[in-house]
Amino acid sequence: MGIIEIRNLTKKFEAGGHVITALNDVNLSIKKGEIYGIIGMSGAGKSTLVRTINYLEIPNEGRVLIDDVDLSKLTEKELRIKRRDIGMIFQGFNLLEQRNVIDNVCFPLEIAGMSRKKARAKARELLETVNLADKEKVYPSQLSGGQKQRVAIARALATNPGILLCDEATSALDPQTTESILSLLKEINEKLDITIVVITHQMSVITDICTRVAIIENGRLVEEGPVEEVFDSPKTDIARELIANKQNTYSPVESLKSNKVIRIVFSENSSFEPVVANLILKFNTPVNIMGADTRNVGGKAKGEMLLGLPDDEDIQRSMIAYLKDRGLSVSEVREGV
Amino acid sequence: MFDQKIVGMLLEGIRDTLYMTLVSTLLGYAVGLPLGIVLNVTRTGGLKPNRVVYRILDIFCNIIRSVPFLILLILLIPFTRALVGQSYGSTATIVPLVVCAAPYIARMVESALNEVDPGVIEAARAMGASNMQIILKVLMVEAKTSLVTGATITTGVLLGYSAMSGTVGGGGLGDIAVRYGYYRWQTDIMIVTVALLIIIFQIIQNLGMKLATGIDHRKK
Repeated sequence: MGIIEIRNLTKKFEAGGHVITALNDVNLSIKKGEIYGIIGMSGAGKSTLVRTINYLEIPNEGRVLIDDVDLSKLTEKELRIKRRDIGMIFQGFNLLEQRNVIDNVCFPLEIAGMSRKKARAKARELLETVNLADKEKVYPSQLSGGQKQRVAIARALATNPGILLCDEATSALDPQTTESILSLLKEINEKLDITIVVITHQMSVITDICTRVAIIENGRLVEEGPVEEVFDSPKTDIARELIANKQNTYSPVESLKSNKVIRIVFSENSSFEPVVANLILKFNTPVNIMGADTRNVGGKAKGEMLLGLPDDEDIQRSMIAYLKDRGLSVSEVREGV
Repeated sequence: MFDQKIVGMLLEGIRDTLYMTLVSTLLGYAVGLPLGIVLNVTRTGGLKPNRVVYRILDIFCNIIRSVPFLILLILLIPFTRALVGQSYGSTATIVPLVVCAAPYIARMVESALNEVDPGVIEAARAMGASNMQIILKVLMVEAKTSLVTGATITTGVLLGYSAMSGTVGGGGLGDIAVRYGYYRWQTDIMIVTVALLIIIFQIIQNLGMKLATGIDHRKK
């Protein structure tokens, strides 16, 4: 019996009259002391899955058992107390911007009703563990991404949880910082015997620290097992694709005739808005997506897209202006095919 | 330039104006702050979504805010009289000022709280925070800069409205401007009262914005 048991879990969302099945009959058993990886493409349902483990998302069907306790059987208050035993860190760090480092780490203890003095002593100890003892009076805005995640880890460990959930915890970090955060997680796992669940879309994160892995596709768990086994002989296409981790390089298809092709680059912030969809809605004219890619440039996630614009020069100009207004960098690739 | 009597009257006007503005802001917040919190909490995607409560408060706020202040001032005369015993003077003016300010403040508070990063709220929930703890320790703290900015703007608006109440005998600098400037054609007194209002407004605005940036730890 694992420390985390997920049985026949189904989660549906309703959006605009449509029902989307985010999780479909998922079964998982995570043993105490493991570093368990859950990998999938974006939109596969892995973030929803990790949120059912601390009941931030309440499943429609199925059960979640933590230490043999069925979360659906708990009252709201009992659930809140149970959550102290499940730490969580996030892609966006989610630190309190108006509190300094030590007060951030003290926050869960404050919520739990611990005295300020005891909380501070505990927080200092944890900042020592994550190598940030000299930053206790600093505010999050003055920290780098890696340092912020270290504070978040210290904060998540404050209540001595038995489980640590990591939701794409390294996805906003550059490769070096990712490596240092992963080795910190490994260290914590060994030193504190804490069970860690890692959600990621990067196979390298799984191969670096995880002992076992589950692969999710379209809300279903399609493959599961020890990392080595899955890595050596993947059974599903999606597993093979994730392992190959090939750089998806699309060469624009020449036969898609378009007079004007532009290349737009999304930075981290601009990718939240569905710019291309909005562009098409605004001008009521289709554009041709001829290629798309994401890459890591200096530690920042950059999205790149090649768009074939309609022939009308006025529309071309207004479309480029629209995209520039949205803070995207726009460059012309070629004129005429 | 002015005799002692007029100087005394102007000083009294400043005192009354400050009294009306500050007391109505405070009382406005006593009503508007909880109202704004409830609006934020009950909206779709809030901590405890409740469509019915949200819609009722939403419509209520819109109704009061859509009545021009001068009309509200007159409409509320019976209510004011019942509450403070008279319908003119500075204390009486505070009643319609608070009624007018509360929904305005509620909107300010609601939008300030709406801006708090949902990720931070999710993190607090994951730590086992109750809704009350999230409101007091996360929302109110993370939004403090916007809240102070909102309070500054509200105080400025109420300063203007308190002057407007001068047209119906509200007291304060606005009252003086109306009586001397409008009814008696004493332009000099009117100009001085307007200048005083401008100075008071500038002081409120500058102090408020200084405080708002001073307590902000996001960019330093």
